[in-house]
Amino acid sequence: MKILVGIKRVVDYNVRIRVKSDGSGVDTDGVKMSINPFDEIALEEALRIREAGLAEEVIVVSLGGNECQQQLRTGLAMGADRAIQVDTSENLQPLTIARTFLKVIEKEQPGLVLLGKQAIDGDNSQTAQMLAALWDRPQATFASGLNLSGDTATVVREVDAGLETIEVDLPAVVSVDLRLNEPRFVKLPDIMKAKRKPLDVISLGDLGVTSENDLEISHYTPPPARDKGHMVEDTAQLVAELKSRGLV
Amino acid sequence: MSETTTEREVMEYDVIIVGAGPAGLACAIRLKQLKPDLMVAVIEKSAEVGAHILSGAVIEPEPLDELLPGWKDNPPPVCIPVVDDEIAFLTASSKRRLPTPPQQRNHGNIIVSLGALCAWLAPQAEDLGVDIFPGYAAAGIHYLPDGAVGGVIIGDMGVDRDGKPKDTYMQGIEIHAPLTILAEGCRGHLSKELISRFKLDADSDPQAYGIGIKELWQVAPGKCKTGLVNHSIGWPLDTKTYGGSFIYHMDKDRVAVGFVCALDYSDPEFSPFEAFQQFKHHPSIKPLFEGGEILSGGARTIIEGGAQSLPRVEMPGALLIGDAAGLLNLPKIKGTHQAIRSGMLAASHIAEKGNGKGFDEALRASPIMKELHKVRNIRPGFNKGLWRGLITAGIETVTAGKLPRTLKNHADYSSLSKLKDLKPVERHWVKRDLAPRDRLASVYFAATDHDEDQLVHLQILEPDVCITKCGEEYGHPCTRFCPASVYEIVEDADSAAGERLQINAANCVHCKTCDIKDPYQIINWVTPEGGSGPNYQNL
Repeated sequence: MKILVGIKRVVDYNVRIRVKSDGSGVDTDGVKMSINPFDEIALEEALRIREAGLAEEVIVVSLGGNECQQQLRTGLAMGADRAIQVDTSENLQPLTIARTFLKVIEKEQPGLVLLGKQAIDGDNSQTAQMLAALWDRPQATFASGLNLSGDTATVVREVDAGLETIEVDLPAVVSVDLRLNEPRFVKLPDIMKAKRKPLDVISLGDLGVTSENDLEISHYTPPPARDKGHMVEDTAQLVAELKSRGLV
Repeated sequence: MSETTTEREVMEYDVIIVGAGPAGLACAIRLKQLKPDLMVAVIEKSAEVGAHILSGAVIEPEPLDELLPGWKDNPPPVCIPVVDDEIAFLTASSKRRLPTPPQQRNHGNIIVSLGALCAWLAPQAEDLGVDIFPGYAAAGIHYLPDGAVGGVIIGDMGVDRDGKPKDTYMQGIEIHAPLTILAEGCRGHLSKELISRFKLDADSDPQAYGIGIKELWQVAPGKCKTGLVNHSIGWPLDTKTYGGSFIYHMDKDRVAVGFVCALDYSDPEFSPFEAFQQFKHHPSIKPLFEGGEILSGGARTIIEGGAQSLPRVEMPGALLIGDAAGLLNLPKIKGTHQAIRSGMLAASHIAEKGNGKGFDEALRASPIMKELHKVRNIRPGFNKGLWRGLITAGIETVTAGKLPRTLKNHADYSSLSKLKDLKPVERHWVKRDLAPRDRLASVYFAATDHDEDQLVHLQILEPDVCITKCGEEYGHPCTRFCPASVYEIVEDADSAAGERLQINAANCVHCKTCDIKDPYQIINWVTPEGGSGPNYQNL
């Protein structure tokens, strides 16, 4: 079985996000970029499944310009067997990304597609669901546990009510949550090995996907700055202040 | 290092360079230009090249011309020619322009972000075949049976606070090479170990250091004068403390502001961070930042000892280059050109001789050393205060360092006055309102990140001294000299003294001030897990 893992290049979770002064987007100049943390967890799970002998090949896929090869190489260094870059300079929306994944799936015929439950930049949490619908296969989202047995996958999902366990037939799309696993560190010699692993580049057009963005982003604004705190001397003054502002 | 005894995996190279700063990358690039077949690796503890680099920085571009002819066709992302220089003397309420000393005339120089410059150099080194490994910390030296340096040991990953392996444990490998080049920058922890082990500083003065704290600001439109370079001396420092400020006007309304303060200050209650923040509130400075926004910030120590503190830079199997050796030209407040040059010199020496033997002599005979020799008396001149220092600086500048005298440097850790001998200093400090509010807020702008469940990388060799002796004698200066609030004295009902030292290692920005300034020399900075530490943006 092949496992396909989606990887998105995003601004690192440690970086303080800054909206460009003209509101056209987030400033990425000189900013550290990383694999979307949920995607890293998806990849780690794929590698564990392969190491357990339940899959033969792990393929990492990313959509973006040549800069996303950096994240694909990291994926290869973690242990993926090969990588596919779908080359595009456009900022794609989930539906187009799902359509693109479908084309890759038709080519690669994976038994399992593992995706992060959402990317930490767009926070859409749509690609996995849309992909399952387009592919007409089962979906299991927000997985915090995953067990494969024969043609089915048992997935523990984190839902509002607690944990929900479901069974899906393979092939399926599984989107992973934070608690599924803790990704490994990359071994230094594996970085060298990753340089020699295959990384195919296909253009979005060659896959037959046209990017039709259904949404137009008008502008970005940072959250309003918090007002400065105001120190009070004692409880009486606090109560008086609250009263004067009509808060109690 | 953890206590595992299994054999470590080994990778072999011809040359290993520790540190992807300007010295290390220049050395790697020049090595591959001269000897394309050499296998060269660069180990870098920051998650990405440039993320632990913090510098002014106005640099002299000549060494870049030499290293990468034609670099101007593909310049680094921040590269702004200096248009004008100003130097001023500040009192708490006034500012007076001073004549610009020749060392600080910056015509022909460029304002860069040194971090961005290194991030720009790295792929050029990789194109030549250098293997760069960011996110991996060289935690120890691999010694050969005869005692020579035989490479480095990469730190283990996934070790918990108590030194026990976690689920993600990964043993660090050894990288072996006939030659290891230490390019760790100021007070590198491996360089420190080697200087002591091989007694490289036996014939030199103690090293002298400063701490530099820097922020990058987006100022209100119309305030940035692209290409303007401002320096100041005087307030908020008293005349006994050596240091000053810089403000570099970049592009896109961005302004770099920073403050450098020599670490031989004597007042244990002094806080370099507070001095920097005070400087920003000087009446002539504050308007520049009002209405602006801080983008990033951080701190790093600077090596200031110059010629007389330069240790031997050669030992069996290893060399020191750049600020790991200590080549910064203090009156110019520039070390990048010296770092690049020393990296290139080491590379051509290795290419010619096949090893590092004779590099110490070669460095001392080079223009790098001539430059340091000329200005050798300026920093120690300030040991006697600002006024005597300025006079010495004047004399040494006019005579171009030709007077047959060499003033001595002293060890920074020995310069603190005890609390009982302390005379109160009136600093005329003001109430602040510009960001960042305090050191914790400032750490946020350094985007520093350490997995909290790892060994504390700030080792206190004699913890008892902290609470008892240091508390009495100096009042815990670590809680003030650290620009990242790593050291904190907290109440502790369980201890006899009722308080204990808490080390917030996750805040550390890897500046090394504590390792240098602690008066008992019982703080040992070792490298945390690779990839930890600040994530500086354009500093």
